[in-house]
Amino acid sequence: MIQNVFYFLCFLTLISGSMVVFSRNPVYSVLFLILTFFSISGHYILLNAQFLAAVNIIVYAGAIMVLFLFVIMFLNLNKENETHKSNLSKFAAVIAGGILLVIMVAALKDVDAGTYKAEGFDSQIGMVQNLGMVLFKNYLLPFELASVLFLVAMAGAVMLGKKETGERHF
Amino acid sequence: MEETYLSDFGTILLFLIGGAVFILIGLGASKMLRPSNPNPEKLSSYECGEEAMGSSWVSFNPRFYVIALIFIIFDVELVFFFPWAVVFGQEELIRATNGTWGWFSLIEMGIFLGILLLGLAYVWVNGHLDWIKPKPVIPQSRSKIPAEMYAAVNKKYS
Amino acid sequence: MIILGIFGITLLIATYCTYAERKIAAFIQDRIGPNRAGPFGLAQPLADAVKMFFKEEFIPANAHKFLFVAGPSLAMLTACMSSAVIPFGNTLIINGNHIRVQGIETNIGLLYIFGVVALGVYGIMIGGWASNNKFSLLGAIRAASQNISYELAMGLSIIALLMMSGSLSLRQITLQQGGEFLGLSGLDWNIFYQPLGFIIFLTCAFAETNRTPFDLPECETELIGGYHTEYSAMKLGLYLFAEYVNIIVVSAVMSVLYFGGFNFPGQDWVRANIASDPTLAHNLVTILGIVVFFGKIFAFIFFFMWVRWTLPRFRYDQLMRLGWKILIPLAIMNVVLTGAAILFWPQLKAMF
Repeated sequence: MIQNVFYFLCFLTLISGSMVVFSRNPVYSVLFLILTFFSISGHYILLNAQFLAAVNIIVYAGAIMVLFLFVIMFLNLNKENETHKSNLSKFAAVIAGGILLVIMVAALKDVDAGTYKAEGFDSQIGMVQNLGMVLFKNYLLPFELASVLFLVAMAGAVMLGKKETGERHF
Repeated sequence: MEETYLSDFGTILLFLIGGAVFILIGLGASKMLRPSNPNPEKLSSYECGEEAMGSSWVSFNPRFYVIALIFIIFDVELVFFFPWAVVFGQEELIRATNGTWGWFSLIEMGIFLGILLLGLAYVWVNGHLDWIKPKPVIPQSRSKIPAEMYAAVNKKYS
Repeated sequence: MIILGIFGITLLIATYCTYAERKIAAFIQDRIGPNRAGPFGLAQPLADAVKMFFKEEFIPANAHKFLFVAGPSLAMLTACMSSAVIPFGNTLIINGNHIRVQGIETNIGLLYIFGVVALGVYGIMIGGWASNNKFSLLGAIRAASQNISYELAMGLSIIALLMMSGSLSLRQITLQQGGEFLGLSGLDWNIFYQPLGFIIFLTCAFAETNRTPFDLPECETELIGGYHTEYSAMKLGLYLFAEYVNIIVVSAVMSVLYFGGFNFPGQDWVRANIASDPTLAHNLVTILGIVVFFGKIFAFIFFFMWVRWTLPRFRYDQLMRLGWKILIPLAIMNVVLTGAAILFWPQLKAMF
């Protein structure tokens, strides 16, 4: 039963993930990306990591995708005025993507994926309480450093959105 | 505790399906029942009787975009708060560490929060949280109400 | 069974909310309100539904056809999903089995609500964008910006509450409020410990459901109908329906978080005196609790409507200032104060 759910979710994730790339309309891409995040959350629930599942929805589907939609609306990226891309840029995109793929394969080739150990299994490990304990006991420094990262990100966001003088929008 | 709570999320799926069925019934039934006589006038965009000029997929103020960016950063921060809030007030932990756990975690979060408040202050000082204010125009009419009164009202609510 | 019940009841209340809104508006403005369909106009929602089914509807020629339909559907879908985790009552004992009067009991209930609220913005954004109307687009962008701004303050006020409860499960939070306060059992409500948090949450609830004074996305004077300018008939109905379902859910969440949920004052006394059989007494108290819970929800719905017909709308710069410069700092202050208060609680208790 659970195995079937897993395969179904994998299927859904892959299909919607590839639809993100293949759909012509960027708004559809965003909607498929949201669907992808939902199916990934489904995987988290299968792993009994409910907090991660909820956070995945809140942050990725709820916040980042809103920004994506904003960008699409802002840049007015819809089908009618999509400019034809030159062969050179297509070629460059293929090479860049291919290099990324090679790097990822090379990096993940020798990775030691943790295997399932029945004796050390704790079904409660993904609960919020345990996560909080781990985060604030073992990973304190990364946690505090994350806030510095946020600060930098915020400064960057503000610089990006800086308005040229004399520019007017409604 | 070997529970996996999977059936709970099946219930959420049921809610999703229920909602979808409800919407499909609503839309489907109304599609079958309603009349449909479209004409070009009916199908034109509504702009208070004016002919719509061009597409309305236009660029809007980038302020909205900046707000969304700042929101994401705060949202991620908020997510870090949730596990903290859950473990913060646990009495057995506080008792086990003789009260130091509470202070420790509060200070820890205080540092985290302080750095982020710095960011909020930065955005605030740079004026990214200020929205464009309307510029009230004082009406030129032979009203009995003195102009200073309008000025006072505008000053009060600006 | 319970799922169908929750679904039906939410939709029924949402239908009658439209009637209640018009009656309350009429009362506040010294009018009579709907009174033709049935006694006291009680069949008015039915008549409205019939109209929605039979009215001609059109999709603007320039609109994006599929997304135009997807917008209201998404809005309704997210609204329907959020009622799944709300504990409408305690357990009912039937043949020795404890049956919870709740869709599901999960230990991330609060985060679930928060996530669904975060998703609610898509319906409006996609619908407004797909209409290809300038007013709709502006309404949609305003709605999105407003919702995300107030989500932050809402989350922070929830955090302060969470520090006290230590659990994300809505049922646990409700059960924790069943203790004694001022000598009355079942009155240990969080509102007495988190008044500031409640006010922040209430304000954000108004903003998240796009109700007056925060109904900037659909303000008639500037944007005609805002994001639903181009919508008519059933699709408009879905948008409006979603708004009312959201109000119900947010009222329920507020009564769970701050007003004790299904707890009511003196419940232990009632449990001890209502019936000699403990099972029967437990069931009766649960049923009373459900009634009380719905009473609280109705009180909040009435409050929502009362405010709508009392307060004027904000200007957009005022709205953003309130959200970012007042509510967020206040909410952070509330978190810090709560933290200090929890740590000093033993000393505070010793003082009195």
